[in-house]
Amino acid sequence: MISMDDMYREIIVERYKNPQFRGELDPHDISFEDENPLCGDHIRIDLRLGEDGHVTEAAFSGHGCAISQASADLLLETVIGKTLEELQALGKQDVLDLLGIDLGPVRLKCALLPLKVLKAGAYGLGEASDSLVED
Amino acid sequence: MSGVLLDVERIRADFPILGRQVRPGVGLVYLDSTATAQKPQVVLDAMSDFYRHSNANIHRGVHTLAEEATAAYEQVRLEIAQFIGAGSPREIIFVRNATEAINLVVQSWGRANLQPGDLVILTEMEHHSNLVPWQMLAAERNLRLEFIPVTDEGLLDLDVYRSLLTQSPRLVAFTHMSNVLGTINPAQAMIEMAHAAGALTLVDGAQSVPHLPVDVRTLGADFLAFSAHKMCGPTGIGVLYGRQALLEAMPPFLGGGDMIRRVYLRSFAAADLPHKFEAGTPAIAEVIGFGAAVRYLKALGMDALQQHEQELIAYALDALGSVPGLRVLGPAAAFKGAVASFTLDGVHPHDVAQILDGDGIAVRAGHHCAMPLHDRFNLPATTRASFYLYNTPAEVDRLVRGLDKVRKVFG
Repeated sequence: MISMDDMYREIIVERYKNPQFRGELDPHDISFEDENPLCGDHIRIDLRLGEDGHVTEAAFSGHGCAISQASADLLLETVIGKTLEELQALGKQDVLDLLGIDLGPVRLKCALLPLKVLKAGAYGLGEASDSLVED
Repeated sequence: MSGVLLDVERIRADFPILGRQVRPGVGLVYLDSTATAQKPQVVLDAMSDFYRHSNANIHRGVHTLAEEATAAYEQVRLEIAQFIGAGSPREIIFVRNATEAINLVVQSWGRANLQPGDLVILTEMEHHSNLVPWQMLAAERNLRLEFIPVTDEGLLDLDVYRSLLTQSPRLVAFTHMSNVLGTINPAQAMIEMAHAAGALTLVDGAQSVPHLPVDVRTLGADFLAFSAHKMCGPTGIGVLYGRQALLEAMPPFLGGGDMIRRVYLRSFAAADLPHKFEAGTPAIAEVIGFGAAVRYLKALGMDALQQHEQELIAYALDALGSVPGLRVLGPAAAFKGAVASFTLDGVHPHDVAQILDGDGIAVRAGHHCAMPLHDRFNLPATTRASFYLYNTPAEVDRLVRGLDKVRKVFG
């Protein structure tokens, strides 16, 4: 069982309160949004790609808890410069490494929602699926 | 403050789980009874004794165990009928939960009686269980659904209800007590108004039957749905009450064993009430446990229980009012049951619940299966603390201290 102090590490509360990648990109090359049906958290991610296909800009919008918002912010920081193939290869563990915490099944859904949205966008899917973030 | 009529310390001793520690040195503060209530030892014992001593399938068995099991099962039906003031045990249909009870009415009564264009009145404060089943039939049958709005104070707008009633509704389905706002709706008056307009009524009693004295004859309800697990009983068992004449005229819901009088290769004749609506082997041990729960509540007295909860919610609303940035949804204590759903500025409900869990305090975060109601208040989610017979003012104090900690983390 993870303790409260571990879960609300400084970096998570800090990113929640002062996100660096919050916003919308208009125009964008890729935009995808989805929600967590358990709690109604909603995340949209917009990406701009350079001519060589690498991500040049990324932003997220929507609403959610500290875990999902910090996860989105930390995740988008890592996607700059990556190709869509590299985004498709991201997995659950990458997000957990970014957050630096271990999560139970309920909060894991919060943490993985941004990755799910990002990967659905990278694959150009019509609908996001949990299988995108299951290792 | 302590319950004038309930000896809460003694009650707490009846619930083994309340003695557990969530983690070493951190006792449980269970404030999630609106989701599901804890179970007293008498309920656990009743189910365990049944399995140890009398387990057998009910009805049609001739052997001793089958007779004991059948008698115990049917005895509970009788006691539940008495508990809610039903005229006959035949009006008590065992189902899985309140959700299934509502689906039964929609699929059986609804399919047999509703035609394209027919109006069903619901409310904005319904749990998804009293919305989605109606939406499903409405899509198929082209029914009209209209909704009694919720005011900013969290009450139903009865003026709009009055005007909807002039449009010849066939049925009005509404919650007796909101699982989010705690609002106790004026069910008796609403039912009288519906009847005067020629409509039948379905009352979602999932929250009211566990917390208030509910008498179907006083209310005049045509249908009442409730679940055992929210009233100290086991999961997987609930009740549909229906007026006998209505139930008799309704076609069966699920088909199978136990619901028939006679079966031929190409047809069947349905059994009499209540068995017509109880296909297949039911949750027998759960019914036995439900009976123990009803006996337990009855012995304490629903009036005393309601008074205890009234005092507790008044105390809780007062205490929560002292937390900066906290806003409780719903009406004043006098109009509601022991439910406090709230928002805390700058902190998502998930995070509130998580940090409270660190102190052993169990609350719920999310939309509480009432997304349209949250949309109405323009909120994606709330944190909900809910109280029952075993909760104390000291637990409210611990909640408030926990919320201070939440504010510190996000301060």
